[in-house]
Amino acid sequence: MSDLRDLYQEVILDHNKSPRNFRELPGADRHAHGDNPLCGDVVTVYVDFDGDTLHEVAFQGSGCAISQASASMMTEVVTGKTLEEARALARRFRTLLTEDGADGSNLGKLAVFAGVKDYPMRVKCATLPWHTLAAALDPKEAPETVTTEA
Amino acid sequence: MSVATPKADPLGKAIGAAFDVEAVRAEFPGLHQEVHGRPLVYLDNAATTQKPRAVIRAVERFYLRDTSNIHRGVHALAERATALYEGARRTVARFIGSPSPDQVVFTRGTTESINLAARSFVRPRLAPGDEVVVTWMEHHANIVPWQIVCGEAKAAVRPVAIDDRGALDLSALEEALDRGGERVRMVALGHVSNALGTVNPVREVVAMAHARGVPVLVDGAQAVPHMPVDVTELGCDFYAFSSHKAFGPGGVGVLWGRAEHLAGMPPMLGGGDMIRSVSFEGTTFADPPSRFEAGTPNIEGAAGFAAALDFLSGLDREAVAVHEEALLAHASEELARIPGVRLVGTAPERAAIVSFTVEGIHPHDVGTILDGRGVAIRAGHHCAQPVMQRFGLPATARASFALYNTHGEVEALAAAVRHAQEVFGV
Repeated sequence: MSDLRDLYQEVILDHNKSPRNFRELPGADRHAHGDNPLCGDVVTVYVDFDGDTLHEVAFQGSGCAISQASASMMTEVVTGKTLEEARALARRFRTLLTEDGADGSNLGKLAVFAGVKDYPMRVKCATLPWHTLAAALDPKEAPETVTTEA
Repeated sequence: MSVATPKADPLGKAIGAAFDVEAVRAEFPGLHQEVHGRPLVYLDNAATTQKPRAVIRAVERFYLRDTSNIHRGVHALAERATALYEGARRTVARFIGSPSPDQVVFTRGTTESINLAARSFVRPRLAPGDEVVVTWMEHHANIVPWQIVCGEAKAAVRPVAIDDRGALDLSALEEALDRGGERVRMVALGHVSNALGTVNPVREVVAMAHARGVPVLVDGAQAVPHMPVDVTELGCDFYAFSSHKAFGPGGVGVLWGRAEHLAGMPPMLGGGDMIRSVSFEGTTFADPPSRFEAGTPNIEGAAGFAAALDFLSGLDREAVAVHEEALLAHASEELARIPGVRLVGTAPERAAIVSFTVEGIHPHDVGTILDGRGVAIRAGHHCAQPVMQRFGLPATARASFALYNTHGEVEALAAAVRHAQEVFGV
């Protein structure tokens, strides 16, 4: 096991304690629900567009520090991105956590989640918000509720 | 058993001090390992228990010399395997005070046992509007099978309330029974709650239900490892439990039932070994318990299960109970002393299971940080989501003890929880 501090980095603990963009966006253009039935993490992601750009992104939910911090940082990072850029980020983030040899060099501050890969039971905690965002962005391809156990 | 306090030793029983936990630990190889560079502190016994050498040897012996199928072959190995399997059934019967081994049905585990009772005993009796009464503290295994058969029959599952300590509200049970009247076809409850540790007053529940002609099924998965169980004394109609939570191998469990109930139940699964004769004109089924054991069973599992029960029988179980009570009291006290820690489940009658939350840290994070200190606990809803809803929690951390745990391990648990608070700065 790597050092627990690699998992619970300051920035993750900070976002867990004070999640950013933690609110409902009433009348949001898109929203999607995600849950991890095995551990009870739930998240709802809201997206408002300005043309092709993610103008405002917010979330609500409850769960462990990893899932909450991941959701919080995700909303910060994708705000202002185009739809295509956000999709690409979601793919890169999931690759970082699930594929061997992937590095976080192209992920900016999201690279702090690289340590989660050493905790296979916790990978789903970090990826849940991103799966849910993907469902909000492409609702036709997604089930009504995104679940880690599908 | 060399590790046991002799049962006849009145002094050992009286003071409970003769229970030699180190001698017991020496019998469990799995306990003696390091995890993340620290000695393992295994406190996830409600999920599954470690196995004593006697169990490991019993399973190994089967593979080394007795591997064969049962009830069919005429050769020596088949006879040995059959003797082992049927011997295990007699061991289980003795262990739980069953009047006859024929009332012991081997299944894959508690879940299958409850499904069998739901499918073969209750389902044929269910009419639209009927009810099955359960409690709010049940494991999903004692909720979902009832929901499935009730759903088919347009019947309903009625949950009985628990109080803020996690104790069953007996007056609410009485009310549910009176309100349901003849429509209540079964009361199903856990002997010990896996999420809260609550020990339910099974005998009182049975008396209450039987006074109204309602049968009772007891989910004993969490009771058998902690306390002597006598089904005759309890007076219940069915008792379900698993081997792996009581120091035996996985994949084997028991449904004990009253003979008259089992006799009238149709099989749940069809296949070999559960028939008297088969033809395309019609098939006649074997008597219980074979009727409910279609296919080749987990013979090695049954042999190992018997070894586990023999191991338990070899211990002074009163001394074990005293030891576990002391662990529970110690753990409750140590954890409650930590600011921000809340115990969930404080019923007066409890087995050595402690559910708790730590303010500002999600239970899964508690679990991960404790694991880093070698302390294995469970975090989550413990397959008892209604319990979590009752207490308004998404999840808890749970430390569950077994007879081989020590007071030093209680202290390691408390220290690890404090460490989690340091990491999180709460």
